[in-house]
Amino acid sequence: MSANPITPQVHKRKMVAIRFAGDSGDGMQLTGSQFTHTSALAGNDLATFPDFPAEIRAPAGTLAGVSGFQIQFGSHEIFTPGDKPDVLVAMNPAALRANLDRVERGSMIFVNDDAFDDRASKKVGFDNGNPLLDDTLADYRVFKVPFTTLNRNALTDSPLSQRDKDRSKNFVALGLMYWVFNRDMDFTLQWITKKFAGKPDVIAANTAALKTGYNYGITTDTFQETFQVGRADIEPGLYRQITGNQASALGFIAGANLAGKELFLGSYPITPASDILHELSKHKHFGVRTFQAEDEIAAVCASIGAAFGGAVALTTTSGPGVALKGEAIGLAVITELPLVIASIQRGGPSTGLPTKTEQADLNMAVFGRNGEAPMPIVAASTPGDCFHAAIEAVRLATKYMTPVFFLSDGYIANGAEPWKVPEVDSLPDLTVTHPEGPNSEEHGFLPYKRDVETLARPWAVPGTAGLEHRIGGLEKSKDFGNVSYDPSNHEHMCKIRAAKVANIVNDIPDATVFGEDSGDVLLIGWGGTFGALHAATMHLHAAELSVSHVHLRHLNPLPKNVPTLLKSFKSVYCCELNQGQLRRLLRAEYLVDVKGINKMQGLPFGVEELVGRVKEEMKAEGLL
Amino acid sequence: MSVQTESGAVKLTRKDFKTDQDVRWCPGCGDYAILAQVQKVFPTLGVPRENFAVISGIGCSSRFPYYMNTYGFHTIHGRAPAFATGLKSTRPELSVWVISGDGDGLSIGGNHLIHMLRRNVDLTFLLFNNQIYGLTKGQYSPTSEVGKRTKSSPLGSIDEPFRPLSVALGAEATFVARTADREQKHLAATLKAAHEHKGTSFVEIFQNCNIFNDGAFFHVTEKATKRANQLILTHGEPLTFNGGEQGIVFEGFEPKIVDVADVGLDAIHVHDEGGSLAYHLALARLRAPEFPSALGVLRRVERPSYDEMLNAQVEADREKRGRGELKRLIEGPEPWMVS
Repeated sequence: MSANPITPQVHKRKMVAIRFAGDSGDGMQLTGSQFTHTSALAGNDLATFPDFPAEIRAPAGTLAGVSGFQIQFGSHEIFTPGDKPDVLVAMNPAALRANLDRVERGSMIFVNDDAFDDRASKKVGFDNGNPLLDDTLADYRVFKVPFTTLNRNALTDSPLSQRDKDRSKNFVALGLMYWVFNRDMDFTLQWITKKFAGKPDVIAANTAALKTGYNYGITTDTFQETFQVGRADIEPGLYRQITGNQASALGFIAGANLAGKELFLGSYPITPASDILHELSKHKHFGVRTFQAEDEIAAVCASIGAAFGGAVALTTTSGPGVALKGEAIGLAVITELPLVIASIQRGGPSTGLPTKTEQADLNMAVFGRNGEAPMPIVAASTPGDCFHAAIEAVRLATKYMTPVFFLSDGYIANGAEPWKVPEVDSLPDLTVTHPEGPNSEEHGFLPYKRDVETLARPWAVPGTAGLEHRIGGLEKSKDFGNVSYDPSNHEHMCKIRAAKVANIVNDIPDATVFGEDSGDVLLIGWGGTFGALHAATMHLHAAELSVSHVHLRHLNPLPKNVPTLLKSFKSVYCCELNQGQLRRLLRAEYLVDVKGINKMQGLPFGVEELVGRVKEEMKAEGLL
Repeated sequence: MSVQTESGAVKLTRKDFKTDQDVRWCPGCGDYAILAQVQKVFPTLGVPRENFAVISGIGCSSRFPYYMNTYGFHTIHGRAPAFATGLKSTRPELSVWVISGDGDGLSIGGNHLIHMLRRNVDLTFLLFNNQIYGLTKGQYSPTSEVGKRTKSSPLGSIDEPFRPLSVALGAEATFVARTADREQKHLAATLKAAHEHKGTSFVEIFQNCNIFNDGAFFHVTEKATKRANQLILTHGEPLTFNGGEQGIVFEGFEPKIVDVADVGLDAIHVHDEGGSLAYHLALARLRAPEFPSALGVLRRVERPSYDEMLNAQVEADREKRGRGELKRLIEGPEPWMVS
């Protein structure tokens, strides 16, 4: 260390992407989320991407155990966590090995020098041993920092065990990054005090570790430059940090609240949906009742039971769970009860890639039930958008008396962004009314007599005198709802259930276009790919290409203007993290030769990747 | 029809619980007798008709809700306990009844049954046990005896059967009883006792399927043999049967039949609904030809119900934090202002 700190040069940057990587026990998710909060408070726009293994604690130092957290923050609007990090923090050789391919040459790499030796390096595929000692990293700007030693030295007086002391080393790394990016430590210092209240030794250790990292930056002459990412010019208002799963949970509470009802969640733990269950179980004072069921089937069935009783009912799951719930969802279709099925999609088929993202449950949402069983589908496009999409799902379910699919995915579910908090008054009124008396002069109460406008049947709830009635999975007679095997009645009921869902098209907005309403190429997408597609379209606009972007929230029914849009461009590329599920729907529905840009790697689209693939397609078609 | 009484309360009768739908069980089916008793007992329970909810799964027994003029839900195979749990959790004031069979409740729905029992959801679960699949026309069921020859077991079933009461006791049930379709008075009394219990009341009903498994329980229900094969349980009374001539004593955990004249009435084991689980399990497993079958309430113990505790948590949280306020929820603990 130098005795005379050099005043570093401060470089201004419009945006920076940092990736924190270490063993899954190294606290990288925590480190990343602290950096995220601090950057949001500093006025940056940002997006994050937690990328962790399915194994809770894979063997230390192995590639399988590497946990990463990427954040891109900027002084302008940010739509994705960044394709390639500008800065990598690697806590061990495995973290370096697993992420080196993602890092652009010339970028900064901070490594925990203490964790690198020949043995650990060879174990993860650095065949020549410690990569810090040869020219493996010659093309990068490598900073060797003894995070473990710095931490141990800072905590010599701490009464904690060596093992517990070592747990603080991620705070050393965080402190150093705060210095490199000119960030304030206050938020994290306060957080440590709150989080570890009652454990003064842990508070002291983490605080000392954080400050040690920061001071190492100040006093070491290795770092002659720091970076400043200014405040983003974002819409004024109240903001908060939010992940997609948090926003979904809050959206469902809000939806129930706006309907004047209480929320019931039936759920079985499953990655990456469990955080919605966790979040909802914290808000019992809203009348939220969470039921952790014995299995996926019981979870959805309990929700349907609650819906029969008059609750706003929700079940949350991911692909394998949706597969199990299929029969019960069909029952909600035929009994015409309001229910939201939230699928937080992950890589499939089967157990697939539990912690990785994909958009391959669309087919199941559209078709995954026996019989003719159409259902509305709503997809969220960003972490914050999950809130509004959840309210929309509740709106459609209760207004049209139907189960509704809410689709999110692992990428937006775990990703965080600063979110402009909406005014409560700006949220829609979803007030529900239940019948209290007969609806037919001649017959009294008819449980399947429909509203002429919405085609919804009345939601009469147990406890209402005089409206006693029976529903069930056997086909029901028109209006009366008695069991009916009559051939023409069955056809009528199939058609009216389909018409009810199709009719929702009159109650949803047209899809909005980013770019011109017609031109060479339309990029069409849905769900969590919004950020990457939007940013890619901006790049393509900068290159003066005639490319527009439409992102669909409603996937069934599709908005009214979709066919016109598809036919207003020379070519349409449907961009999805699957093998072409929306693409197939669009082609079948509108007979337009939509092309596909697809990816199934458990990873989101990169912006540059999309720009490149769009250009490739355009070249192939003679549009470029 | 219902009669307005002087106090203003509506007095219900059996007819109030009949629907206009034709009952479509096979003529002679034991289900008719059970339906008749349920319709007879419901008006006596002091519950307004609109507060009854009858929930079923799939199978012959599961058509039951269509014949009850209450709120009713004919759901999917085996899952009725889960629907009922969701309903009762959100509407604890309702009187919830689940109607199931041996296939529905113990085969496809076995998992939901045991979890409903351990949670002790406050509802009554009627298991119509006829030891056969009726609706699918005669395959062996999870309660069929080993060796049973059916359409799907022409050489005899090789599956060890479940004993429903053992399953319920093993799943921490707080109320476990058995009755039979042909024992009308006993059936009615058992239904009432089940209704009065707070928590899940599990009632196995021996039910005759006269088409595919006729006479499965005749040794217990027919005049000629029932005297020797029925052990009617009464809390605080000795375990006697066969007109009081015989009784049950225990040697360790083993039940043994004795002649009352030989040992004296005082030596006969006295039934205790709150007794040890081992004792209740022993009762549950008494069966022909060695033993009579126990009818009545085997076990009745107190434990808070799931719905009660769930709603208590909601109330406690509201008392502590007040009713949730949407604005504060959405803003979260650490919002910041961008100006």
